[in-house]
Amino acid sequence: MLARRIIPCLDVRDGKVVKGVQFRNHEVVGDIVECALRYRDEGADELVLYDITASPENRSVDISWVRNVAKVIDIPFSVAGGIRTSEQARAILDNGADKISINSPALENPDFINELVGKFGSQCIVIGVDSLEDGGRYYVHQYTGNPDAMIRTRRLMTDWIVEAEKRGAGEVVLNCMNQDGVRKGYDTNQLSLARSMLTIPLIASGGAGAVSHFQDVFEKSDVSGALAASVFHKNVINIQDLKQELSSCGLTMRQ
Amino acid sequence: MISVTLVDMNCGNIASVEFALDRLGVTHQRTQSAEGILSAERLILPGVGTASFAMQQLHHLDLVEPLRAARQPLMGICLGMQLLYEFSEEGDVECLGLLKGRVERMKGSTDLPVPHMGWSTLDIIRDDTPVLTGIENNSFAYFVHSFACPVTPETVASVDYGRPCGAIVSAGNVSGCQFHPERSSVTGAQILRNFVSLPC
Repeated sequence: MLARRIIPCLDVRDGKVVKGVQFRNHEVVGDIVECALRYRDEGADELVLYDITASPENRSVDISWVRNVAKVIDIPFSVAGGIRTSEQARAILDNGADKISINSPALENPDFINELVGKFGSQCIVIGVDSLEDGGRYYVHQYTGNPDAMIRTRRLMTDWIVEAEKRGAGEVVLNCMNQDGVRKGYDTNQLSLARSMLTIPLIASGGAGAVSHFQDVFEKSDVSGALAASVFHKNVINIQDLKQELSSCGLTMRQ
Repeated sequence: MISVTLVDMNCGNIASVEFALDRLGVTHQRTQSAEGILSAERLILPGVGTASFAMQQLHHLDLVEPLRAARQPLMGICLGMQLLYEFSEEGDVECLGLLKGRVERMKGSTDLPVPHMGWSTLDIIRDDTPVLTGIENNSFAYFVHSFACPVTPETVASVDYGRPCGAIVSAGNVSGCQFHPERSSVTGAQILRNFVSLPC
């Protein structure tokens, strides 16, 4: 039996874990390695470490903290932020990350997905997608790490995720921006639509605020995992309690 | 103190296995040579990437015959386990042939996405296997794969993903884990500990 995954996302800025609302007003939550260990101990199934300023500052992830996290934790983790070349990707994977997640650079140059898949295999290439509803359609947004640089692309979310899968991506993390950071629940309509278009795993992101939101997104949208940040950072939800409750609802969770 | 030699096929994932051995206090080194394989006390064949690329690397480094001739405990991890079989559909490549069987592509669907990615339960078939010491049935392990090993008489634990697939194999000096023990929490650590403790 495959368990549903609970995935805390650690937004990293200047070597610290931070959290803002809809990508603004960041406050420091704590040290990366300490946060990673805390979530591991609470029962996180996987971690995402996202260097939120790497892409806007036109640099890649700081390898030293990738390595420090890889040394101490015994669950998988992926790294995101400013990965634009296969050399940068290799450095991150060689230092112990299990997966890399690509967002804006894949939109700039979709062939980059094929290049990474060819070099490292589908299983470690995740495509992050930021999507915002407008007039009943879901549009992919780019450079979302920087509010001044953010743009709406002409791509529809559904077209883009299908293209990413065709190009060999191993997983899609769909961040529904309408919901992000406001804790009103995952966008299950959009996620169900995305799920129906893909044959690779789909991870839900954006909107988690209560245990019932996780139950909803697993039951209604059949996603492989649910990603969240602020509810875990601020101790609104304890991961261990969350997984126990979801288990008692009949969902397969790793205990 | 037993030391583990990791076969470096230039295809990643070595660091995380090394870190896992560090956490267990086990010494280790990498090798890309026949001499390194010959003098090893324990061999781990790690690897992420593709079977065709990995076999190409093993041929290029002249490590195919030394690995086939190895008599020390040898564990393949993930892709490394798949290389132990006769053939892989990933690039249609002949593999090491230390175990009978073919590695086949998994077909994904919206209901059963591929890669099989995440924590799945182990269905233990033969619990008297030393590599499974202390591992309970239905323990979770972390899997990431798009190609699956067969379930054969050498399979000691399977994983159900649409159909049963090989999860842990053990035959003579050869063993393998389809999942990543280095990323499978206490279960993975116990399996690595068991491997290091195997008699020579």
